[in-house]
Amino acid sequence: MARAVWKGVLRFAQAAVPVKLYSAVADRGIHFRLLHADDLVPVEQRYVDPRTGEQVPRARLRRGYRLDGNTLVVLEQTELEAVEPESSRTIEVRRFVEPRAIDHRWYDRPYWLGPDRDPRSYGALTAALADLGFEGVARWVMRKRAYVGALRVERGRLALITLRSADEVVETGELEAPTGREPTGQEMEMARRLVDALSGDWEPADWSDEHRERVLELVEAKQAGRTVRIEDYRSAPTAESDLEQALAASLQAARAGSAVA
Amino acid sequence: MAEERGGGVPGGLWSGSISFGLVNVPVRLFPAYRTVPTGLRMVTPDGVPVERRYWCPKDEREVDRDELVRGFEVEDGSFVVLTDEELEGLEPRKSREIDLRRFVEVAELDRFHFDRAYILAPAGDSTKAYRLLAAAMEETGRAGIATFVMRTREYLVAILARDGILWAETLRFHDEVRAPADVDLAEAPEASSDAIETMKKAVAARSRGAIDRGELKDTHARKLEALARGKRRAGEGVVRIEEEDASGGAEVIDLMAALKRSLAASGEGGGVRDAAGTRGGGGARDRRDPVEPDLASLTKDELYQRARDRDIPGRSRMTKSELVRALS
Repeated sequence: MARAVWKGVLRFAQAAVPVKLYSAVADRGIHFRLLHADDLVPVEQRYVDPRTGEQVPRARLRRGYRLDGNTLVVLEQTELEAVEPESSRTIEVRRFVEPRAIDHRWYDRPYWLGPDRDPRSYGALTAALADLGFEGVARWVMRKRAYVGALRVERGRLALITLRSADEVVETGELEAPTGREPTGQEMEMARRLVDALSGDWEPADWSDEHRERVLELVEAKQAGRTVRIEDYRSAPTAESDLEQALAASLQAARAGSAVA
Repeated sequence: MAEERGGGVPGGLWSGSISFGLVNVPVRLFPAYRTVPTGLRMVTPDGVPVERRYWCPKDEREVDRDELVRGFEVEDGSFVVLTDEELEGLEPRKSREIDLRRFVEVAELDRFHFDRAYILAPAGDSTKAYRLLAAAMEETGRAGIATFVMRTREYLVAILARDGILWAETLRFHDEVRAPADVDLAEAPEASSDAIETMKKAVAARSRGAIDRGELKDTHARKLEALARGKRRAGEGVVRIEEEDASGGAEVIDLMAALKRSLAASGEGGGVRDAAGTRGGGGARDRRDPVEPDLASLTKDELYQRARDRDIPGRSRMTKSELVRALS
């Protein structure tokens, strides 16, 4: 269970902190296989030359890079290897920034960091970051891929969250909020109170993937030879003229305690 | 999963509504990430893009998509077949609705849970409820939490507001995030105050202001492109391909333009006359709408809903363009 996925050394200024990376994400998704309907055998995927319809074996496949328009350039394995990021055990901490300087929209995958060989330096860095309230921006190469990540203290341990590339995340500064007639003071006040009335603590365990459970139940039911049913339902959007009324009714319901699960 | 990857961006990935209390806000969901085409694809040794086909190892022949069914492996090599209809039957009654049942402090949300970000644009002919929700959440520093189903998967989602725009962040469910104990990780060992002081100095030597977006550039992608351009200049390995082979490229749609249009479109509601403003009408998107919009302008999700209404076989495995074809 607790297998480290990679080992590296956090380095910045004079400091070196050897760490092990553990994935902090567990895959619980439901995965289906595509089967041939006739014989229920899982199908394989094959690459085929569209001109001949014949299979191209893996060893003969090449990578092509498509440039603008309809030009493609064939890249050889040696050329691809030459541009691969150089492997190294160094996790270079480029800088430390104020907490929350890194927007959560950049977050990709979290890893726990555990001490490796030198628990003292691990302890010292954890304490230093916790005291200063900083988080680091780190770069490293893991399995031939370059990563940028946020180095943080979480629950008294070090953690690294990989960040998405700048090309990927939409720049939102250019977006303009929808406009329209201002809500009245009364409407604002009621909306605020409604949010308050429905407020509670962030308890991740309160939310479960019921759909996943239903799929698993269906699988069991089918094994036993039973079936399930469907219904559809949508609510109408609230018209402007009804907004105040809807807010008032919601507030009343929320106060009665029925709206908070 | 295709929809997650940003297919069919112009009208959004999903349309439905957010509700808080009895207030219902129709929205469209857009990805906050661009699909970055690396440009790399699999080709034959002489540079022709290969096609992927399904192969039945038992019959030793190629099989078409409509000869496939979806199986869940119950034990090695033994599968239970699940049909589209059965999976749809499992969708909750309010599958088109993000029902904000609880609001929490934004700062309280655990960072390990954040998965993917989406931008929400108003979809009805009035933006008032949208703006009201955004303002109330921003003022109180809270995010709304809900679960909702989008095409055979359930998502836990936080709805956040920033500068008058609503965002959705899908969150990992609690059993998808490992606690330190799950990886046998004890709390950090104690360190001497000297060691901590030394470390603090090293940290201080590297601390400076904000994060630089330039540091987050994908340099490998750039090197690959430079390599390909260099080879083209030298005339090495250059192949002309047919336009239709470039299906991946055709989907590089200007996400920003689509978003700006959607955020601006709803405006004040003048001139738009339809059932959306009346209560008890057909819903956020009335599918019995007599005026057929151009199919290609619908989201993949909307096309899928139509395919489902018409009981078109094999719909769950169709791409957006295949859905358009099947429906027209």
